[in-house]
Amino acid sequence: MSSQPPSSQPSSSPDDSSHPARRVLVLFAHPALEKSRVNRRLLSAVRDLRGVTVHDLYEAYPFFDIHVEREQELLAAHDVVVLQHPFFWYSTPALVKEWLDLVLEHGWAYGSEGTALRGKLLLSAISTGGREDAYCAEGVNRFTIRQLLAPIEQTARLCGMDYLPPFVVHGALGMISETLERHAHDYRRLLEDLRDGRCHLDAARDWPRLNADLERLRTGARTGGDDAR
Amino acid sequence: MHGDGVFFQAFVYLAAAVLSVPLAKRLGLGSVLGYLIAGAAIGPHVLGLVGAEGEDVMHFAEFGVVMMLFLIGLELEPRRLWRLRGPILGLGGLQVVVTALALAGIALAVGQPWRVALTIGLVLSLSSTAMVLQTLAEKQLMKTDAGQSSFSVLLFQDIAVIPMLALLPLLAAPGTGHGADGHDAAHAASALETWLAGLPPWGKTLVVLGAVALVIAAGRFLTRPLFRIIAGTHLRELFTATALLLVIGIALLMTAVGVSPALGTFLAGVVLAGSEYRHELEAEIEPFKGLLLGLFFISVGASVDFPLIAGAPGMVAGIVVGLVGVKLLILLALAWIFRMSLDQGLLFAFALAQGGEFAFVLISFALQNEILGVAVSAPLIAAVAVSMATTPLLLVLAERFVLPRLGTRESEQAADTIDEENAVIIAGFSGFGNTVGRLLRAQGVEATVLDHDSDRVDLVRSLGLKVFYGDATRVDLLHAAGADSARLLVAALDEPADNLRLVEAARKHFPQLEILCRARDRADAYDLLELGVDHVYREHLDTALRVGVDALRLLGRRAYQSTRAAHAFRCHDEDALLELARMRGDRRRYISVARERIRLLESSLRAETALDAEERDAGWDVESLQREFGGDQAV
Repeated sequence: MSSQPPSSQPSSSPDDSSHPARRVLVLFAHPALEKSRVNRRLLSAVRDLRGVTVHDLYEAYPFFDIHVEREQELLAAHDVVVLQHPFFWYSTPALVKEWLDLVLEHGWAYGSEGTALRGKLLLSAISTGGREDAYCAEGVNRFTIRQLLAPIEQTARLCGMDYLPPFVVHGALGMISETLERHAHDYRRLLEDLRDGRCHLDAARDWPRLNADLERLRTGARTGGDDAR
Repeated sequence: MHGDGVFFQAFVYLAAAVLSVPLAKRLGLGSVLGYLIAGAAIGPHVLGLVGAEGEDVMHFAEFGVVMMLFLIGLELEPRRLWRLRGPILGLGGLQVVVTALALAGIALAVGQPWRVALTIGLVLSLSSTAMVLQTLAEKQLMKTDAGQSSFSVLLFQDIAVIPMLALLPLLAAPGTGHGADGHDAAHAASALETWLAGLPPWGKTLVVLGAVALVIAAGRFLTRPLFRIIAGTHLRELFTATALLLVIGIALLMTAVGVSPALGTFLAGVVLAGSEYRHELEAEIEPFKGLLLGLFFISVGASVDFPLIAGAPGMVAGIVVGLVGVKLLILLALAWIFRMSLDQGLLFAFALAQGGEFAFVLISFALQNEILGVAVSAPLIAAVAVSMATTPLLLVLAERFVLPRLGTRESEQAADTIDEENAVIIAGFSGFGNTVGRLLRAQGVEATVLDHDSDRVDLVRSLGLKVFYGDATRVDLLHAAGADSARLLVAALDEPADNLRLVEAARKHFPQLEILCRARDRADAYDLLELGVDHVYREHLDTALRVGVDALRLLGRRAYQSTRAAHAFRCHDEDALLELARMRGDRRRYISVARERIRLLESSLRAETALDAEERDAGWDVESLQREFGGDQAV
């Protein structure tokens, strides 16, 4: 057996000693991270966060040989699950689909005895090439992001998880650095807030994306996110 | 003597065989009939090239039967014996009992006393294992329903000889003396024989049973360590000598206690059937068996007493017709009871409707024990010999005239359940082969493993794997390992030259085998590809690529990308290999193998520089998208 390079292990930051309110698991999937700019920056923004475990799926399973038991243990040990990936063809990269198929077993994740994920939060953190206005009935993509994410939302629902509006970075193609930095900052802040229980999630239920107004997410003011920005 | 000693005799026998057997085969009569005709031709009553000594030769040649039974025993692992228990006990048991009773009844009816009649019935109920198996195997009928049923019956008969031999002394008329003439007894055993002769019938029986027990015990506990030591010397001829020693030793022991040596060796064979040296033993004994069996058939032909037949043609013909007729009817009835199809039933009946070589043994034994007189035994022997000669003829008749009318072809395969050989043969069980074997086994696929390293064979065997000792490049050993019926051959020997020889042999003799072959480097791979092997595996390729992947990862590259790159590299390399193999053409262009290797390396290095990772996975690229939709924008 060759020893695997250490990066294939889920990594959580070293100063875990003080217990955060919620433990966050980032399931990261990008088949060609070396070609990515936005996702790489977003990932690096949260990698060192206390109470956040980053699990790089393509690094861990280059052969798609997903270790179901280990994945389930990881899920069980966290309260917030973040699916971070580029929004390829209105969906997830292939490995995420494989992961969902194999890890969310009947009798464990769903079904009358499948209660392992009940009450946990699920957040999609995605990047799209198109701009936000392309994702509506009148846009080229004809559907909203939330509509397109319906399979993930329903998956979460069936597993008894609390599905949050997604964290979306639109216009990832040729994004200027200042914008990217702001998104990276927002992503980090959102995960911190989720970790520390500082979010008023009920207020944001209908938002098209969670990062529409992080300030209001904190205060919990009951206005929709539509005019948020 | 008609000639100058042993060499002349050997010349006559061999020449007769070499001349008549190919001729008989050419005429579609099979080798057995060829041998018989050759024997009759050189016998005292036709050409007279061999005379009275034909009898001695026959005793010598009976050793072919001994060896054949040893080999049959080797084929019969207790497990397989158990699986065949139904046909063996049911079909075989009924055949022997019913036939013996029917023939005894006829003998009784023509006025023989009951002891004689029962002896005749028992003796004639047996068929000829040598004749039938040889003929069926030659016609490739062993795997048919009829072939398997015949085998079961013959096996029961072979086993039944043991109690018969034990029983016959009890049939001796009370008060008669025991004038054993020791027809083929070893001289060394004469003291033992005198002692034996003094024993009462039950004592003899006990001695026989004791000898059998001895063979079983010795076979189980002594032979394995012995073979391990012998195999450890890596001298093949020593192994041959040991195998012969074993067979001859058992034969001597059995002869000494007055039992047919064939039975003793058969038992020894069964005991050794589970041994890892089984295939090697088979391969060593096989040529001796073949030659001696041929000699045996020749002597049967030579011993047919034509004057006796001429003197009493009616009686001998009557016995032959009665014997073959009664056997045919009973066998057909059994075939019907056991629900064989009509054509298979006919084949089965025609195959087994003769007297067997055990009849000679049993008749001699009965003579010794004065159960039978010469007046009865001489025509019996003649009739059995003639009936044996009818077998190949009957089968030819059945094949040519009966079966075609039933619209059945002989080559139809029987059910898979009968076929006990493994589908995969792995040659070579060092690290390479054993990885393959372990993976297959973990998936429930048992393979037959051949390996030439006796220590490794012992070790692996002790771990519960089915491993056999032997040189896998030998055709006879491959044959013994079931290469005829296997589907895959994994050639995983350590030396590329050995694998090459193995592949050549396998492609020539077992063309149905799909071959997966280990190759050391590209040059090997080319050799194998040129031989037409489709599945060639360079042993370092995958491991080296894994090292490459891990090196890339330790340098910080992504696991998925590195893995995909290695996979792409491998596909490219395999394609290039095939391409270059096609272009290689005339090998003489290369000055030396070393030059060739350098050239191959050079061409592969050149090809790989074109293998750019950026060319792949363009679907994950954003460059062109950026050009079309990108542009700086704040969101």
